[in-house]
Amino acid sequence: MAENMEVKELDEVVVRFSGDSGDGMQLAGNIFSNVSATVGNDICTFPDYPADIRAPQGSLTGVSGFQVHVGADKVFTPGDLCDVLVAMNPAALKTQYKFAKKTACIIIDTDCFKQADLDKAEFKTNDPIAEMGIKQDVIAAPISQMVKDCLADSGMDNKSMLKCRNMFAVGLVCWLFGRDLHAAETFLREKFAKKPAVAESNIKVLHAGYDYGHNTHSSVNHTYRIESHAKTPGRYMDISGNKATAYGFIAAAEKAGLKLFLGSYPITPATDVLHELSKHKSLGVTTMQCEDEISGCASSIGAAFAGALAVTSTSGPGICLKSEAMNLAVITELPLVVLDVQRGGPSTGLPTKSEQTDLLQALFGRNGESPMPVIAATSPTNCFDAAYAACKMALEHMTPVVLMTDAFIANGSAAWRLPNLDEYPEIRPPYVTPEMKEGYAPYHRNPDTGVRYWARPGQEGFTHILGGLEKDSDTGAISTDPENHNLMCRLRAEKVAKIPVPDVNVLGRADDADLLIVGFGGTYGHLYTAMDEMNKAGHKVALAHFSYINPLPKNTAEVLRRYKKVVVAEQNMGQFAAYLRMKVDGFVPYQFNQVKGQPFVVSELVAAFEEILNK
Amino acid sequence: MTQYTAKDFKKGQPRWCPGCGDHFFLASLHKAMAEIGIPPYETAVISGIGCSSRLPYYMNTYAMQTIHGRAAAIATGCKVANPDITVWQISGDGDGLAIGGNHYIHAIRRNIDLNMILLNNRIYGLTKGQYSPTSPRGFVSKSSPYGTVEDPFHPAELCFGARGRFFARCVATDAEGTVDVLKAAAAHKGASVVEVLQNCVIFNNGTHDYVYNKEGRAKHAIYVEHGKPLIFGENREYGLVQEGFGLKVVKIGENGITEKDILVHDAHCEDNTLQLKLALMEGPDFPVALGVIRDVEAPTYETAVADQIEEIKGKKPYHNFQELLMTNDTWEVK
Repeated sequence: MAENMEVKELDEVVVRFSGDSGDGMQLAGNIFSNVSATVGNDICTFPDYPADIRAPQGSLTGVSGFQVHVGADKVFTPGDLCDVLVAMNPAALKTQYKFAKKTACIIIDTDCFKQADLDKAEFKTNDPIAEMGIKQDVIAAPISQMVKDCLADSGMDNKSMLKCRNMFAVGLVCWLFGRDLHAAETFLREKFAKKPAVAESNIKVLHAGYDYGHNTHSSVNHTYRIESHAKTPGRYMDISGNKATAYGFIAAAEKAGLKLFLGSYPITPATDVLHELSKHKSLGVTTMQCEDEISGCASSIGAAFAGALAVTSTSGPGICLKSEAMNLAVITELPLVVLDVQRGGPSTGLPTKSEQTDLLQALFGRNGESPMPVIAATSPTNCFDAAYAACKMALEHMTPVVLMTDAFIANGSAAWRLPNLDEYPEIRPPYVTPEMKEGYAPYHRNPDTGVRYWARPGQEGFTHILGGLEKDSDTGAISTDPENHNLMCRLRAEKVAKIPVPDVNVLGRADDADLLIVGFGGTYGHLYTAMDEMNKAGHKVALAHFSYINPLPKNTAEVLRRYKKVVVAEQNMGQFAAYLRMKVDGFVPYQFNQVKGQPFVVSELVAAFEEILNK
Repeated sequence: MTQYTAKDFKKGQPRWCPGCGDHFFLASLHKAMAEIGIPPYETAVISGIGCSSRLPYYMNTYAMQTIHGRAAAIATGCKVANPDITVWQISGDGDGLAIGGNHYIHAIRRNIDLNMILLNNRIYGLTKGQYSPTSPRGFVSKSSPYGTVEDPFHPAELCFGARGRFFARCVATDAEGTVDVLKAAAAHKGASVVEVLQNCVIFNNGTHDYVYNKEGRAKHAIYVEHGKPLIFGENREYGLVQEGFGLKVVKIGENGITEKDILVHDAHCEDNTLQLKLALMEGPDFPVALGVIRDVEAPTYETAVADQIEEIKGKKPYHNFQELLMTNDTWEVK
């Protein structure tokens, strides 16, 4: 026990909760991030869980982790390494220790470090701490026993009591960071609103964990405090990328005055969007869990034809299945948003892990000339704006739009300043007007935007047929005329090319950078942090991070040519770099590519970029 | 209410082969739609790919010819998004039962209020003569030169297996019978499956010869009608009775059989056992059943979706996006 407790003021701290899949680590992490956000810290979270339905208990493959980065100022990533590692069993300690800083504090439940547990985690000795050469502070607490003691009078069975272990860990971590437990209590009472006894048991254990830290001062010689620095005033909430995406769709439908229709088929890691939207029937949202991915897309096209804001949500393998239907939306020029929450591929790949490997599929993975706008969200909270923008683009330009997120930002969460919908741009679909009745044909276009007009079933005077066969540009009748096909291919391409998108911003040392980092989508936080650290270390680095992929911002070529050295960093084998090389003549960037299914590590980025600077 | 004629629903010049059953069916569909009286602009006709899926091009309604097999899924989305539109889904046996089989059975299971027309010529026509999932075992075609070694689907079995509530059958050349079942299909709230026996003059000529003309139907078909005894034959001399677990053809007047002994058709019976037996009848021992074989009301999917939305609107306190935001745990930064 440390005699003289010291409170360390920190700007930021990273906590990683880890344990068996059944140990409730995701909930523990969620509660801690929520508690931190409530006191005004910035947060960024990263759930890292296995794909198995249920790996054998205590096994190395069954470890589930949840990392929370808490900062006084803005934090952009969940952090490379953690300051506190909670390891509820030996398997967690073995697999997660690599994420702990040299100065980290490690919390273990000694009751789960018995011989059988050690065997499952393939330890060779009965001293895992020594075997792994762990030098950090270890709080070795008999958590299971204390939980059982704490709930002895509850009448709960052994198994139910042990389910509360995670709350002991949360309580202990809350003590370590001087967190008030009030917010955690509120969270638990709401989560278990229908089971108040469970809520109260969890709260009791939460306090026991806190008190244990307080009474014993554990084996650490300091606790931490993270102040909250000034953020933009307003009301905030903690939101995951998938939830923010769902909210973006709801907001766009309300703004456009249209019914929101989601056709979807469950697939990791996109399913939470279906879950979220299914809840909000009081907003008139219609969700259909379809018989397959194809039907998810096809039913959405039917809904778009009928006049709804139609969305289909999936992950990479689902895009493969939807691609034929997506092309139908291209040729019929119907508004449709296709959400791709990217995961590791190819094939079933790494369902719960994150990659950016679907980019070329989204851009080009269809037969024929098939121009389709692509937008990539950059962070959990940006998913809202990206989803809104995708809906607006689809509706106003009568086109399918691919909205790309990834498992990392979809499952990760961050503090989000609640938007005011009044401040968002209007959404004005190109509806037919009564004076267009005379001689209406479905492929007559607005001469400026190249967008066709939208007539919906039920409107008298505008009956027409759409379809997958090529149509005459004027009459809308089936046409195999070579000149017409050539023209229609160009008209569809021009329509997409004409969509206005904002310029890409250059962040950091925009005026004098020796190196420009280029990225897209969900890697923003890591690339920004790497740039920031390098600039603080005296380098001159800038970042151009793309959200609009097709069409690219107008200033793309100018930005890419402005800097002597450019590196495109992405979580694939170089898809965005290849695309930029196709679009910008003579552009030959350095490349940083990782396909590990894990977020970038800032220190690795910095090392790689420094190497490029030294070349 | 505006009175419509077949002409109001007509558009363009069909491009099917002369003599193709699709021509006959199209004419009956125009006529049926006029009699049903729903305005063309409140009607959507949605098809997949194949000869019969060209049909929407000849409809003066809202229409979409989509991609192979997906007509039922697209029609589903259209109907759920706007239940006020009357949706007709047109598929062939390949489009509906092969590449689109999954959507087909699930649209039926969900009981979407679609009029699902299955033009069954037991062949792939547009790709020029391959066997289809309704071609009989041993069928010789370009892709089965030595005969198929697989059994076909009976569309009725799929429909009933998917818990279908409406199944009717007609012959494309039988205008009266076709118009009747189309009107019944439209009147039925829910997924209405109509199997249209249709001849392909080029690649499978004569496949339905047994019942394709009036004389054939008089001998080999039975027009079933709810509440009427199941009597057939050129002189209405035969009838159906139940025997054991099956049906049996009997001659009225022989062995003491009178009209009173003949089974009376019950299309509204929830239990589909006998309806399925009727639907599966085929020659030479049995007549082919035509008309509305099953017609049982049940709640439709799109109505249930709309009802649930209304119900939840009454229960939940938030009804717009700003209110939704405030259902979350939030905190103020000053």
